[in-house]
Amino acid sequence: MQLQAIIEALSLSACEEPVENSEVRGGYCSDLLSDVMGKAAPRSIWVTNQAHPNVIAVASLIDAAAVIIAGGIQLEAGTMQKAREMAIPVFATDMPAFEVVGRLYELGVRGTVRGV
Amino acid sequence: MTARGTGALMSVTYEIVAGDFVRAGEAASKLKRVLQQLGLDPTIIRRAAIATYEAEMNIVIHSYGGHISVDITCDSIEILCEDSGPGIPDIEKALQEGYSTASEDVREMGFGAGMGLPNIRRSADDFSIESRIGQGTRLQVRILHRAGE
Repeated sequence: MQLQAIIEALSLSACEEPVENSEVRGGYCSDLLSDVMGKAAPRSIWVTNQAHPNVIAVASLIDAAAVIIAGGIQLEAGTMQKAREMAIPVFATDMPAFEVVGRLYELGVRGTVRGV
Repeated sequence: MTARGTGALMSVTYEIVAGDFVRAGEAASKLKRVLQQLGLDPTIIRRAAIATYEAEMNIVIHSYGGHISVDITCDSIEILCEDSGPGIPDIEKALQEGYSTASEDVREMGFGAGMGLPNIRRSADDFSIESRIGQGTRLQVRILHRAGE
């Protein structure tokens, strides 16, 4: 499904990156970066409570469609800047991760794991 | 990044700074772009990105600094990671999924889950690691590919 539809359905605050025709093929939820690195499938939307800049490096390496930082976690200085540099759409929300994943599932987004 | 003149199609070296969590991951990102420009298969690129990212994080977290040198030949990606640092006392243990010596602070950031070396080994066609206590660690990874396919 289109990222834009998810942004509207979850009322995510607009990130600074323009999001045009970005396709989301699945979802992944984890706070362990090596777990995400090893298992998240390309074009996943990644839900996490981690908010430091290295999240963006991981998101870029796995070809994530977007990152949702859940639970009202304050983004660290540098995370948005890195997101702009690497053209990764990042959204912060007060919704807890469980709620975010549940809503995404309702929208038809399914968990995906990369084939080895 | 510096290019070296060897028999490889392309060689790159990335310096890795210990404790720099903001820049950590840049070597893997840069290598990924190089491999994309060479037109390698996305699955191969992902495996190289995983191995390089995990090795890079290990150098950032555990060593005093090091470098990652990558030779891309017509049929393989050779990743050599060398650091100066405390070394790994028990490599067999370090290779076990879930075993980690990372600090609590580092774990809170989502690193140090004890998945780094296992991820590297899974991504590699050939994998070797040697470590000297008080000196450092040398990790070699080979990923086979067929260029242009």
